[in-house]
Amino acid sequence: MATAVEVVSVSKTFRLFQEKYTSLKEKAIHFGKVPHEVFPALTDISFEVEQGVTLGLLGHNGSGKSTLLKCIAGILTPSQGEIRIRGRIAAMLELGAGFHPDLSGRANIYLNAALMGLSRKEVDARFDDIVEFSELGGFIENQVKFYSSGMYARLGFAVAVNMDPDILLVDEVLAVGDANFQLKCLAKIREFQEEGRTIIFVSHSPDLVRAVCSTAFVLDHGRLVGQGPTAEAVALLQKFQLSGSGLNHDPSTEDHRLEAAISRDIHLDALFVNGVDADRGVELQAMSQVELAIVIEDVASLAGACHLEVLVYNAAGVALIRAHTREMDMEPILVRGTVEAVVQFGSLPLAVGSYSMQVNLYHPQSGMMIESRRWDNAIMIVGGQKGVGGIIAAEASVFVKEVSSRNFL
Amino acid sequence: MKTDRGGASPTPSGYQRDRELPTHLVRPSQTVPQRIANIWRYRDLLKDLVAKEIKVKYKDSALGFIWSLLNPAMFILIYYIVFQKILKNGIPLFAIYLATGLLAWNLFQSGVLGATGSVVNNSGLVKKVAFPREILALASVGSAFIFFLFQTVVLAIFLIVFRVVPSPRFVWLVPLALIALLLFASALAVLLSGINVYLRDMQHLMEILLQAWFWATPVVYPFMEIYKQLNQHGLTWLYLANPTTPVALTFQRAFYVKANPLGTNGTIVHILPSYGPMWYLAVLGAIIVFSFIFFLVSVYIFGRLEGNFAEEL
Repeated sequence: MATAVEVVSVSKTFRLFQEKYTSLKEKAIHFGKVPHEVFPALTDISFEVEQGVTLGLLGHNGSGKSTLLKCIAGILTPSQGEIRIRGRIAAMLELGAGFHPDLSGRANIYLNAALMGLSRKEVDARFDDIVEFSELGGFIENQVKFYSSGMYARLGFAVAVNMDPDILLVDEVLAVGDANFQLKCLAKIREFQEEGRTIIFVSHSPDLVRAVCSTAFVLDHGRLVGQGPTAEAVALLQKFQLSGSGLNHDPSTEDHRLEAAISRDIHLDALFVNGVDADRGVELQAMSQVELAIVIEDVASLAGACHLEVLVYNAAGVALIRAHTREMDMEPILVRGTVEAVVQFGSLPLAVGSYSMQVNLYHPQSGMMIESRRWDNAIMIVGGQKGVGGIIAAEASVFVKEVSSRNFL
Repeated sequence: MKTDRGGASPTPSGYQRDRELPTHLVRPSQTVPQRIANIWRYRDLLKDLVAKEIKVKYKDSALGFIWSLLNPAMFILIYYIVFQKILKNGIPLFAIYLATGLLAWNLFQSGVLGATGSVVNNSGLVKKVAFPREILALASVGSAFIFFLFQTVVLAIFLIVFRVVPSPRFVWLVPLALIALLLFASALAVLLSGINVYLRDMQHLMEILLQAWFWATPVVYPFMEIYKQLNQHGLTWLYLANPTTPVALTFQRAFYVKANPLGTNGTIVHILPSYGPMWYLAVLGAIIVFSFIFFLVSVYIFGRLEGNFAEEL
């Protein structure tokens, strides 16, 4: 397998100015002594991304993950080191960057694709696919300024994914648009993965990274502090968050850290679905009653407390069901020794397919995450009603009523 | 770089992951040939950006691109009245003389002025999309060239109205003069667009400088008026060192035609130098060579400045 992206000891420093002197007068007055600090956004980063891998870049705000992505995209040039890129690269840092409001959707497709390095002939060949993916239909001839933000995002995404990139860079762009659009984007990303394209994915959201990526890197203060399978990387990221790493030290962090240190002694042991260990996967009939038993242990034998969040994801990584004890106005769950939290769902309206479950424990006062675990393919729904499908399950019956009678003589 | 094994089957969509892929590098500095190759690779973007500027400029205006004709037409009318009717400069067919020089000058001025702010005005793009940023400056020159083509209509109308036939001895030099002018304007455009990111005053400075530059170029007054003065001090070379001067002279020689016509007041007026076509060929050739080197230097300097664009904007 070949290497798609090779980052060789890349560093990037920014100069932070208290005030920027861009006019001639100011430059002359402050010539050579512009007050600034040097801020190392990236420090000596080296890694390789194999072709076909989906890599997640995790990190808190200011950790340098977006800077790294911009360097790979070629928008920023590294101060030191170099990046070797094999194949065509498409960067989605902002959907529809470069759209001109006064031009029609059609003209903007050509302009945007040209910005990404496509020739006119190549755009001609892809034009219909782009319009189809964007679902804009006849609106494609309208000026982009009349588009809704959803239409705008769809068009931007459509252009980027139809560039036929070998390497796709995605930065938080899936946050825009409605659920339907996100589902479609994720499906497209899955398709890319199956085709063996390389994807580098930046997100604040560990959930999204977990849903999409096989491996992940964790950045902290511009350094690569960890890499590995996504679950481990996410755990590492949370450790950094707990240890108070990050640029924004608000005064309350100290307390939070203290509380978190205590609460970290609470441990999520196991999840049972209708009495079966979720590690093994459970087969359920559609619309059946479900009872979850979540085993939480107090490792340090100190009485602790936590809030509980349960999520059910479909295969596309969309959270279909979410229940959070704090938002249900419940008291925190007291943990002495080992307790079992039981969550009951009257009936799960899940369509036939496999679903993943995630359980998160939160610190009751600070709201910080103590632990998060995910069980892939924990639930398998079988035997739904024949002929009824979609994202969720439903019970359907059809009958015919006579509205008026007429004589056919 | 590892080599691929062949024979892997393409996926249903036809994406072939194991084909040979081009490799490129992102590094602190790229060589000038690399930069120029990259600009060439994005030539379709240049076309699209030029098309965008033209479409957007007169969007939603009733007269549309006719405004780009009214502008020089008004200029010619005013200068004609002031210099011919009020100051009585005695130049025959003064409207054609003005239109010819102005045509060349407008291309240069609007290209350079538009380009100076091009990177700053497109900061949204520069921060979010990777493409050779020189294209932004070149697109300004490109759209100035398209407006130049529109404005040739004004000149053509004057030529038809006054029944002037372009000089066959000189008209073949016009494409060469255009190449020289475009190359020189492009070199200046790339340089200034880069500097303007760090020194925003450049835009305002250029507005003033270009006014002086306009009067340093024989557009309104005849070349020979200046020549007479400068020749006494042996300074003609200095005047001709301004690349826009020989270009304007070429245009005038080709379309205004007469070097020493009979003036409106009945005496011979000396307007254009009596150099032959070979003199123009040599001078334009020199400008092209100089502008080419200048362009390479501009791209080099632009490349050095570009590293911090995304932070400065």
